[in-house]
Amino acid sequence: MNPWSSSTEAAAGLCSRFREWRLLGPGLLWTTVFCLLPMVVVLAVSLATRGTYGGVLWEFSLENYRDLLHPLYGRIFGQSLLLAGMTTGICLALGFPLAYYIARLPPRRQALWLIFIMIPFWTNFLVRTYAWIFILRTEGLLNTVLMQLHLISTPLDLLYSNQAVLLGLVYGYLPFMVLPLYAAIERIDPALIEAAWDLYADRWSLFRRVLIPLTKPGIVAGCVLVFIPSLGAYLTPDLLGGARSMMVGNLIQHEYLVARDWPLGSALSIVLMFIVMSSLLWYFHAQSPQTRERGEQ
Amino acid sequence: MRGQGIWLRGISGLGMAFLYLPIIVLVVFSFNASRLSATWQGFSWHWYGVLWHDEALLAAAVNSLWVAVLSTSLVVLLGVPAAMGLERLRGRGRQALDTIFLLPLVLPEVMMGVALLLFFVMIQWPLSLATVVVGHAAFNLPVVIVMVRARLQKLDPRLEEAAHDLGASAWQTFYRVTWPLVRPAVLGAALLAFTISLDDFIVTFFVAGPGATTLPLKVYSMIKSGLSPEINALSSVLVLSSMGLVGLSLAFQRR
Amino acid sequence: MADLSIDIRALVKRHGATLAVDHVSLQIRRGEFFSLLGPSGAGKTSLLRMLAGFETPDAGDILIDGQSMAGVPPNRRPVNLVFQSYALFPHMPVAENVAFGLEMKRVPRNEIAERVGSTLELVRLSDKRDRLPGQLSGGEQQRVALARALVNRPAVVLLDEPLAALDQQLRQQMQTELKTIQAQVGLTFVCVTHHQEEALALSDRLAVMQQGRVMQVGRPEDLYERPENLFVARFVGVSNEVVGTLADVQAGEGNLLPSDVSPSRGIRLSVPAGLQSGQQVVMTVRPERIRITPGHVADAGSNCLHGVVETMRYIGSEWQGVVRIGQSVRWTIHASNTASGSRPVGVGQPVSLEWNVGDGVVIPLT
Repeated sequence: MNPWSSSTEAAAGLCSRFREWRLLGPGLLWTTVFCLLPMVVVLAVSLATRGTYGGVLWEFSLENYRDLLHPLYGRIFGQSLLLAGMTTGICLALGFPLAYYIARLPPRRQALWLIFIMIPFWTNFLVRTYAWIFILRTEGLLNTVLMQLHLISTPLDLLYSNQAVLLGLVYGYLPFMVLPLYAAIERIDPALIEAAWDLYADRWSLFRRVLIPLTKPGIVAGCVLVFIPSLGAYLTPDLLGGARSMMVGNLIQHEYLVARDWPLGSALSIVLMFIVMSSLLWYFHAQSPQTRERGEQ
Repeated sequence: MRGQGIWLRGISGLGMAFLYLPIIVLVVFSFNASRLSATWQGFSWHWYGVLWHDEALLAAAVNSLWVAVLSTSLVVLLGVPAAMGLERLRGRGRQALDTIFLLPLVLPEVMMGVALLLFFVMIQWPLSLATVVVGHAAFNLPVVIVMVRARLQKLDPRLEEAAHDLGASAWQTFYRVTWPLVRPAVLGAALLAFTISLDDFIVTFFVAGPGATTLPLKVYSMIKSGLSPEINALSSVLVLSSMGLVGLSLAFQRR
Repeated sequence: MADLSIDIRALVKRHGATLAVDHVSLQIRRGEFFSLLGPSGAGKTSLLRMLAGFETPDAGDILIDGQSMAGVPPNRRPVNLVFQSYALFPHMPVAENVAFGLEMKRVPRNEIAERVGSTLELVRLSDKRDRLPGQLSGGEQQRVALARALVNRPAVVLLDEPLAALDQQLRQQMQTELKTIQAQVGLTFVCVTHHQEEALALSDRLAVMQQGRVMQVGRPEDLYERPENLFVARFVGVSNEVVGTLADVQAGEGNLLPSDVSPSRGIRLSVPAGLQSGQQVVMTVRPERIRITPGHVADAGSNCLHGVVETMRYIGSEWQGVVRIGQSVRWTIHASNTASGSRPVGVGQPVSLEWNVGDGVVIPLT
């Protein structure tokens, strides 16, 4: 039952419903005007035509979406999906043991480790990306050290590659994976793990038959939290990627601010949002009680 | 079990090293005397001095603070009542409103920036620092709503009933019981919104008008125009301040 | 009726399709400790919340000290509730929690200090006045919740399962304490509980409720000794039953012709006024009124049934046994442990169960 309205049922009815709307109203208006409305504008512009000198001509057309079928855009979308997917996978592989380790520490040290996971999360993203430029570029720290150790004679080309982008994305979004995973693992009764050991489970079956089913909501949450921002990433590919590591975010920015083709940029945005929304729908489906029951059998 | 312990500890240690080594390297080399930033030439405060005398940088920092303060105030004023209203609401309306309110949280940032840019151009609101404030308040509103609601949901509904039973009016109940109990969550949310606003690059990048340079925009242009140890020094300052903010938010939550 | 504290008149409350409270009328006297006893879902909590003002009746009225409570919000009612979860304000120290109600009523500062002090003394918490609720034990929290209500000197103190959150030992201690405090302050207490022993121990009078209706109102001994229906007989204490037909009713006594057991002689019982021969009834006997003797006694002086012991368990103060007396009829007997723990009869042995005519209570089957 809703705790707030149950308190004074006597006052319920029209009068108090107005009060709720008075509380909600300003925030709702704000979100509607500065989030919902702009989205509608993007949708509208994506169905319009490009003016001769940039700008928008209000003539209905599906041309922009047809243009997206061009193999160049397909390649960029494919590359974005691949990079976001790989980022998610690597974050999961790295984040699960880390989250598991933290969840099994004594409470005080758990808190300390969690703070250390959260500090990068609160630290400026630009700064954290810059750190990798500092390390990876041709005159960067890594090349300098390797050359001084005489392990290499000429600097390696580490920066401005898809690998560098992948590294930057994993680095940027690892905390997003660890936190929900930790929350899920921490909730597992340790007796369940002991029971699995007691019932002859080896490490792999413990993981597959007990840990994964019990932490599925956390796994799904972590994957969504990493996948969505990686897919729409702009800064990381912009700073760490080369000319060939463009992602959708960069393409959208390019269409808007460089090519000044707003309708095409809008169409790109709509497609990106469509992918994001589908992954969210999958998330809510996976989190719904019925699905979870089935998953935990 | 023992073997697994070592294996786990190893991978967790590596994960932590991965998260922190770049930041540590950055901070260490901010004290490097050399212009060629990757070779160590001795300890120096030089680059912090350069930082302190960079007028443009300081102006950008002031802009950033203004934007963060204004957008955070706005978001708290709008978000706290909205969270309370949402908690009181029942039935189907609540879910629909949930979706609307949380939308900015799940939109890719680029999309948010583009949409706001288009919108401001359409309504002919000239891009400036004000549009940046509005943009930040748009994506930070759900942050406040989510955090305050989480706290409200954990409150025992009987506490408000008890206050009411003891003769408190609706306003007295809020002032004496509800507000003191949600205040830490509101402060925590405000702090997070403040940090996100200070750090935001993408939305700002799209909706900032000419001359409305914030700190991240300035850092970005510094990185793009070639590296200098000054960026290391600036980064160290930012890392340190975010650690301070984390500490502050933890202190609020403890209370 | 000058001494009437609460007058509940034909109160009705619906929760969706179910009648939570079904035309309940109750009169509660001033200074009385009154309990609402019943299983969960009996409507007692709904009734209590309507008294406090958190729920609105669909029909009927509540009068407190002669004043109708219709449309009066909780913060204007002369009642205070002790919540089941205590609902102590976690951010306020004990004294501030207790002072809250008086502050809301704008009682002068020095009077608040004085009343809070004396109330904390009453519940023996003077030394804990600056603690936060989270630093107190369960029993102490309970006493703070009580003090927070008492300090306002309301017309009625409402208690929602006041002892449910405490463990067994503390519970009994608090029962005594609650009773003592109530006698000292002399306020009307209305208490909701599902715990029958607690209700009997605490109350001056109580109402047994089931499915939104009041099944019987009376003193604890009325309910235990003279239950008016099977529900009360079974809910308040253990009920040993025999179904049968009344015969030879004369001058308040009669015979029972049982349909499911075969006694060696007939069963004599006292018949309340208004019941006649030929009526289908249930006779019920409390376990402690039954004497158990080994072997099948041929000619007992009182009512007697033969049976076989099925189980016998030792709980220290007494032996509790189940005896099969008919095809599917089992009685529970309690035998005092007077012979230094020696087993009165063994499992599987034949026994005779005897009881006095006056101990069989007759309940008409409708």
